[in-house]
Amino acid sequence: MNPFSLTGKTILVTGASSGIGRAIAVACSQSGAMLIITGRNEARLLETFSMLEGDNHQQITADLTSSVELEKLVESLPKLDGLVNNAGIARPLLLQFVENEDVDDVLQINALVPIHLTRLVLQHKKLNKTASLVYISSINGNNCAYIGSSIYAASKSALTGFMKGVALELAPRGIRANTINPGMIETDLLKSGSIGEEELEKDRLKYPLKRYGKPEEVAYAAVYLLSDATQWITGSNLLIDGGYTLQ
Amino acid sequence: MDSNEFIKNFAAQFDDTDASEFTLETRFRELDEWSSLNALAILNMIGKKYSVVLKPEEMKPTNTVQELFDLVQSKIS
Repeated sequence: MNPFSLTGKTILVTGASSGIGRAIAVACSQSGAMLIITGRNEARLLETFSMLEGDNHQQITADLTSSVELEKLVESLPKLDGLVNNAGIARPLLLQFVENEDVDDVLQINALVPIHLTRLVLQHKKLNKTASLVYISSINGNNCAYIGSSIYAASKSALTGFMKGVALELAPRGIRANTINPGMIETDLLKSGSIGEEELEKDRLKYPLKRYGKPEEVAYAAVYLLSDATQWITGSNLLIDGGYTLQ
Repeated sequence: MDSNEFIKNFAAQFDDTDASEFTLETRFRELDEWSSLNALAILNMIGKKYSVVLKPEEMKPTNTVQELFDLVQSKIS
């Protein structure tokens, strides 16, 4: 038996309609998992769904910031062997321009949704023994910081602290929790932002490996943490940043 | 869009240059305190006050407050 295989595992991935979430869903399916994918955009979620290998996957369009929809999603779930909390947003703003709504939106999606989803799958007894919980955090807020993203940093380090508590509390059941801290990854989130292509190109060169990461490079780390190869890894932050924070 | 209001909002993004020094003719890139941080602050200001999302590349060709004002105006109408 290949220890890196996900065959026979049922895995929920949030924010699967694009970017890193889509790549994680696809990589998990290629490793043999049965996927349940969620996202807000139905058309793009369907696109991810059509990219999955194998059968018996499920897609559920849901806005997880709605507590009603979140609860409904959790109730409808089968028992999980893996949960990837990936859904996230970025909103580059200097602190002097940040308003209530910006703080609420970023903390809600990046930190509160993963917290509530974890709490609910536990309360509804949807986690199998030896399940693996993966949180897509960031180097931002954990290993370094960026101008114009203090709220994002707060949300991502909140996620790290939460993961540690969960890891310790669920260890007696063999359930593991870990974060992945990616550096900048080439996704639509990046391209839709207020950063110009010229700035991006300059920023890419600040990475010792001279490029941003690819979504699938984060996905392979998620597969690793979801697999039985990592049954003794819990409470860790897996850094994937092309060497950025070495400097 | 009111140009005086725009000048006021623009000037508010600078700490060392007195607000009264700013006019539509001000060549902001030549100010002593000009930095990429001011540029980001101005982009954020335009996003928040005028609901216009400008990329740094779009702002780059502008040198005077008037040119930036015209650019924002063109995105609104």
